[in-house]
Amino acid sequence: MDGFLLLAFLFLAAGVVAVPIASRLGLGSVLGYLIAGIAISPLLQQLHVDVVSIQHFAEFGVVMMLFLVGLELEPRMLWSMRDKLLGLGGLQVAVTAAAIMGIAMLLGQPWSIALAVGLVLSLSSTAIVLQTLNEKGLMKCDGGQSSFSVLLFQDIAVIPMLAFIPLLALPELADMAVASAEHGGEGDHGSMSLVERLDGWQRALVTVGAIGLVVVGGSYLTRPVFRFIAIARLRELFTAFALLLVIGIALLMIVVGLSPALGTFLAGVVLANSEYRHELESDIDPFKGLLLGLFFITVGAAIRFDLLFANLGGVVAMTLGLIALKALILYALSRIFSITGADRWLFTLGLAQAGEFGFVLLSFTVASSVIPTALAQQLLLVVTLSMLLTPLLFIIYDKLIAPRFAATGSRQADEIEEQGSVIVAGHGRFGGIVNRILLSAGFKTVVLDYQSEQLEVLRKFGIKVYFGDAMRPDLLHAAGIGEAKMLVIAIDERESATELVRYVTENYPHVYIVVRALDRHHVYELWNAGARDIIREHFDSSLRAGRSALEALGVHPYDAERQVRGFVLNDREQMYQLASVFNPDIPAHENAEYVEKTKKFLERYEQAMRGTSAAFGSRLDRGWVPPSLDDVEAEEQAAESGQREDGETPT
Amino acid sequence: MARLIVYYAHPGHKYSHVNKYMARAAGAVDGITFVDLYRDYPRFDIDVNVEQRRLVEHDVVLFQFPMFWYSTPSIIKEWEDLVLEHGFAYGAGGENLAGKQMMLAVTAAGPDDAYRHEGYQHYPIRTFLTPLEQTARLCKMHFPAPYVLYSSLKAPAAGLVEPHVDGYVRLLEAIRDDRYDFAAAERMNVVHFDTLPVGEEG
Repeated sequence: MDGFLLLAFLFLAAGVVAVPIASRLGLGSVLGYLIAGIAISPLLQQLHVDVVSIQHFAEFGVVMMLFLVGLELEPRMLWSMRDKLLGLGGLQVAVTAAAIMGIAMLLGQPWSIALAVGLVLSLSSTAIVLQTLNEKGLMKCDGGQSSFSVLLFQDIAVIPMLAFIPLLALPELADMAVASAEHGGEGDHGSMSLVERLDGWQRALVTVGAIGLVVVGGSYLTRPVFRFIAIARLRELFTAFALLLVIGIALLMIVVGLSPALGTFLAGVVLANSEYRHELESDIDPFKGLLLGLFFITVGAAIRFDLLFANLGGVVAMTLGLIALKALILYALSRIFSITGADRWLFTLGLAQAGEFGFVLLSFTVASSVIPTALAQQLLLVVTLSMLLTPLLFIIYDKLIAPRFAATGSRQADEIEEQGSVIVAGHGRFGGIVNRILLSAGFKTVVLDYQSEQLEVLRKFGIKVYFGDAMRPDLLHAAGIGEAKMLVIAIDERESATELVRYVTENYPHVYIVVRALDRHHVYELWNAGARDIIREHFDSSLRAGRSALEALGVHPYDAERQVRGFVLNDREQMYQLASVFNPDIPAHENAEYVEKTKKFLERYEQAMRGTSAAFGSRLDRGWVPPSLDDVEAEEQAAESGQREDGETPT
Repeated sequence: MARLIVYYAHPGHKYSHVNKYMARAAGAVDGITFVDLYRDYPRFDIDVNVEQRRLVEHDVVLFQFPMFWYSTPSIIKEWEDLVLEHGFAYGAGGENLAGKQMMLAVTAAGPDDAYRHEGYQHYPIRTFLTPLEQTARLCKMHFPAPYVLYSSLKAPAAGLVEPHVDGYVRLLEAIRDDRYDFAAAERMNVVHFDTLPVGEEG
């Protein structure tokens, strides 16, 4: 136990210190973790920690990551991107892998190792590149979009690669692995598999059955299970279930001899359209982040510096050669796919490194006895170094290339940002109507609600709703608050709504908030929290009821309309004034200014009710009140005597 | 029997000196359609289909309103903008109003002699009504002389409200009973309660 706590403390501390520093230096979180690993590796050696077994444990983060990648991939979105995805992404991976394989074979490697190396190095770093593109606001430009397509293809391609690599296993390496496994007693991975003793056709049947189970279960079973869990109304149960789901699928895949990453990815795609998508996403995301962090730390800790210094020139030459080769292929592709101007260079330089999936594949190739450990160690150094150089490539782009194209004006105009979406929190009677109006006007909405009975009904009507509590910052983030234009708050809990307003106005000042208030005091609280578009839930219906009553009493409908409008104007003015003196920390009756203003308004009310003032509608009626007869006479005489007036008074 | 529809528009109905009595009397005339536009559409959401059907079902369309700033109250403009659609009232296929009458009954605060080039309103009242007149022409409608009351604010003191309202009722009944001489009215400039071109009873 003590040892575990010490290790956990060590890893967490290293990450917490190194990652912010790396981010500040523009190196990205992946490099931060690697550096943290490098920094603590002497300590780990002192403590005799088995870094490799921790790394195997941390690899589960990759499984989670692929689950999340799957969740992000709606089949429809994939389809609309198919040209770039398959064309650009497919060619990039295939050509790069083939070129590297050729070079490796020229250097005397056997074809199987050469192919594995080609696959490993063909990938780029999704983590670094996406983060950098987002930070620089380059995601929407042509270069950013093309980069994204390629990275997405690579992420998906990892899955077949994971399935394919074991087939390249070298017999002599495999023998060694078996021998060492017998010595170490580490044979549980193999013994888990149930299909080893089955025939080929039985194996195929089991495989198809397992995949079918994931697809069908994902489509039909998760919903009732979630509904069942929702009864307990405990947030951690959802997290527990999300973990259970991912781990369960991974286990199932291991049992039938398939890649766990493939299984969870598939489950992710199946659930991408589900209303629980954002909930799952925000539940799994922290675990994925921590495990991947741990994974990169262990990669850093496992770097053999003695190897690096023994062969410094060779490693540097290989890294630069790799970057040059990948850049060359990317440049050629950008010509074929007519990516022009600065975008071409962004695409070329941005994706020229090797990526974090390279680490995963490398450790996997070693485990599968495809690449000898010594070579893998060298490649690890190459991958790390190329990632370390990536910020440098982006700096070259920023300082040398982008200004040139901006100066000559040949850079294409940025595409208009796509219509930011609206998040509707709470889809009851109130939020539901808001959502329908937004949808009918063609706006994209993301609806969050945590009453699963409600969700079931809405789903049947084809409304896209997601399960989740809008109060959770992580869920709000998963629902896209960072890019959203607007947040509509229609949740029933008074304090929650106020808190949500406070949180969003402080953290996402660009998001416009429309919020429902339960009553007058709630309006002041919301105003105080930073909301400016506050709608009282019963106000408008009360107005209409009042108007109906007036009409039924024989008041002319247009007079009733203006009477009510006058009431609204008066009321709004009063609300503004009272809201400005309202203080949530002082009870209303102890707030002298507030009491004073309220008194004044009450007096005005009384006058209006007794009919001694011009009532509420006065401002709107003024135009229709004719002048007195005396005024008319005087004006006519003045006009007759030569002072022309152009006005006409009502009759 | 001519089918007559009266569109009444007065946003300050309750402050009116003359129009509200005219409206009340018009509403009591049998066999004609009376519409208070501000009552039917207090929020200006004019139902174009209903209004077009009403136009098709009537032969004479009469707008009754006080002149505000040399024009109609705003709801009449809104009504025109929405109801007189291309393809319905004018343009290709827009023959639905052809041959019908468009008539006005207006009150003006200024005296008769103000509506002259020498007067302080500088133009005759018909000049201010030309947008409606041309609208009628574009829709192939006739535009007989409007029924006018000048010095409307002084009318109660001058005892002119009652004769003007009575004249209005006679006008509406005459139109309804096909006794109104539209041909004569079209040659006139304006008509008053004492110059109505109404034919013999029966």
